[in-house]
Amino acid sequence: MASTSSDPVVVVLQLTGANDYLNTVIPYTNPLYRDNRPNVGVPEDKVLPINDTLAFHPNMGPVKKLYDEGKIAIIHGIGYANSPRSHFRSMDIWHTCEPDKVGTEGWAGRLIRDLDPKGENVLKGVNFGQGLPRAMVVRGVPVTSVSDLEAYGVLTGVPAISGEQEKTRVLERFARMYAPAIGTGPVMDYLGQTGQDVLKGVDILKTAPQQYASTVQYADTPIAKNLRNIAQVYLANLGTQLFYTQHGSFDTHFNQVPMHNKLWTDVAAAIENFFDDLRAHDAGDNLIMMLFTEFGRRVHDNGTGTDHGAGGVAFVIGNRVNGGMYSEYPSLKPADLQQGDLAPNYDFRGFYATVVEKWLGLDPVSIVGGNFEQLDFI
Amino acid sequence: MPDQDIALMAHLMRRAGFGASRAELEARVAKGYEATVEELLHPESQPALDEDVLYRYFPNLEGPLAPVQAQTNWVYRMINTPRPLEEKMALFWHQLFATGNSKIDNPPELLQQIAMFRRHGLGSFRDLLVELAKNPAMIFWLDNNGNHRGAINENWGRELLELFSMGVGNYSEDDIKEASRSFTGWTIGPKLPRLPLGRFYWSFAYKPEDHDDSEKTFLGHKGRFNGEDIIDIVVQQPATARFLARHLYNFFVADEPQVPSWNITPPRDPEAIETLVQAYTTSHYDVRAVLRVLFRSDFFKQARFARVKSPAELVIGTVRLAGNFAAPRLGFQELAWECNYQGQEILNPPSVESWHTGQEWIDGGALVRRVNFAAKFLGDASLPGIHAIVDGLRTRGTLSPVEFVDGCLDLLGPLEVSEQTRRELLAQAEEEGALRWSTEQESRVSTQRVGVMLALIGASREYQFA
Repeated sequence: MASTSSDPVVVVLQLTGANDYLNTVIPYTNPLYRDNRPNVGVPEDKVLPINDTLAFHPNMGPVKKLYDEGKIAIIHGIGYANSPRSHFRSMDIWHTCEPDKVGTEGWAGRLIRDLDPKGENVLKGVNFGQGLPRAMVVRGVPVTSVSDLEAYGVLTGVPAISGEQEKTRVLERFARMYAPAIGTGPVMDYLGQTGQDVLKGVDILKTAPQQYASTVQYADTPIAKNLRNIAQVYLANLGTQLFYTQHGSFDTHFNQVPMHNKLWTDVAAAIENFFDDLRAHDAGDNLIMMLFTEFGRRVHDNGTGTDHGAGGVAFVIGNRVNGGMYSEYPSLKPADLQQGDLAPNYDFRGFYATVVEKWLGLDPVSIVGGNFEQLDFI
Repeated sequence: MPDQDIALMAHLMRRAGFGASRAELEARVAKGYEATVEELLHPESQPALDEDVLYRYFPNLEGPLAPVQAQTNWVYRMINTPRPLEEKMALFWHQLFATGNSKIDNPPELLQQIAMFRRHGLGSFRDLLVELAKNPAMIFWLDNNGNHRGAINENWGRELLELFSMGVGNYSEDDIKEASRSFTGWTIGPKLPRLPLGRFYWSFAYKPEDHDDSEKTFLGHKGRFNGEDIIDIVVQQPATARFLARHLYNFFVADEPQVPSWNITPPRDPEAIETLVQAYTTSHYDVRAVLRVLFRSDFFKQARFARVKSPAELVIGTVRLAGNFAAPRLGFQELAWECNYQGQEILNPPSVESWHTGQEWIDGGALVRRVNFAAKFLGDASLPGIHAIVDGLRTRGTLSPVEFVDGCLDLLGPLEVSEQTRRELLAQAEEEGALRWSTEQESRVSTQRVGVMLALIGASREYQFA
């Protein structure tokens, strides 16, 4: 089960709620941008220019810094045809790679299955957050979901169990209750096996914060906490190759300006903390982080915010990423818009496929459900 | 030794409802099993849930609802309904006629569908299917609003036959097409956009000009069929009787294999299915009649702990046991989230094929949450239901370790556990000897020991079953 520390690792950071493309990577010199965003347009003197035509949101300073170091690939106009512009449906599509019918298997789950076909490492794929994203769900593929690494465990928070000693004894009792026994039937066997796997995972995961020491002071935000947990598990070399987490909500229909400001302040700071942490540990060369969202937002603002759109932007961050811009910024001309939204020109499944094939060395076709154009960001 | 009548009643209430406290079980045993079955089968004999109380305390659970609010609304009802079987049947039909908010994007409209299941869930299966065919959320979910004369959309026609009545292998592709043609014109009124005025209920609309009125051949019958005619033919089919019977068996009696394999894998108890099929046929498709036969049958009474609890059953059953959600208070929404995190987003099944049940409810992530959730509630002696169990043990006097363990299992269910689990629980009890209550100090220690024991039982494999 041991793996070398050079196995490639992917961190998926989902921006939940539909991050506004136009105010994230801003066409700040395009008059159409000003015309369409009388209320939420970012002032020209506030943006962080990347070049003559595009700039980052003012609160993305740390992201700009990484971009200038050549570590960020920006994928423009990402999406898929006929967006339903529904959060749930669109997120499902991103999770299952099935734009036209309802899929039930997650691309990341398939990925984990291909990385670990015998399911030997219950920590091969770890989600940090509540519940399990559909992206990671494939029947029979064991994955782990942790809402709080320091508190992760079985029988945590039981009022009657007082003190560590009692907790340890009760856990040992629990482990014996779940030990394999003959004659109780296949479902009990399955439960026993699952319980044992969970305990193994808990025991192994416990070592991550125990071994971790860092000079980096992470911000006090949920996203920074999740990225810190990811760093702890990554640095502990437990064989995890797929990390998943999310931040939100980016659904800025109303009051977008202060909301989006805070969202990006928090995400950018957390990303900076994370990569600083990896660098301080002389690690990170085998890691990339993918950022995506379920769709972009409407070109014209609605007074204080923006409504659901179509084409969006994705990022890939890492030491070995070929930084720069990929695909095309969709046109803002009215004739080129789809129902008032930016037309996507790059299929998101190519984004996944690039990572799956070029970074993880796996066959992408069965994972993303087809052949899609890959880019050279790796 | 657990009273056999109490054990049987507990089994009935776990299956036909969401569980019952010891006090309720004793009252129902006094009334009698058959009388209780009749009461359950006639929810109208009990008052409806008091909505005035619900909405006075939770005005935000009425009107335009976000998904989690609609879930919370239903969780509240499942916990506090005076009509357990009516509510359990609404859950059954929701799991069978799986309609998801991921596409509907209108939580109040979905609650309307659930309300329809309450109204029609115990009556004629034929009438229920007609209501379903007219249900706006279902029409939109399966695209029947895109099913037009001369340009059919087969989604509803197919799923009606494949998932909602007959099951794979009992009809042809042509039958699907003919059924779809028959349902042309069954659509919904224009949906008002969500902004700027908020959400509105949808409505059924029949468009005769869009209805294909020509002759169809469906399952060997010929006629100028409309939707109701198709349903009339479908409910008569032996395949429908068997399919519905097997679903009821799977939900109320014991876990069957997953539905997609039903056309190749026979039922685990073909005689039981046949009994239910007979009831369906002789009662002219009456769900109440089938359930009456089911609840009175030996195969039901003997099927103790033969089903893995769904997340909804585990969360709601545990909370009802603990007794701390019997009235409006903060925290109902967290219970809805807990069902989500455990893998069942009620009102949002992953697809029209619904959730995979039985063993497939459990994976590493779900198991941790289920165990921790149950242990947290059952291991809290300050909660009314747990306190009642502690009191129940106290009245039995000083208890030996064996009596301690058996007492806990009795008052929590009664629950049955395997030899292995019982051995461990006994070892736990033996660690500190007899359970005593004679002094303040002893009471305190014993209360804490009971909490730990109940938490361990809640964490056991056996607790995953109902």
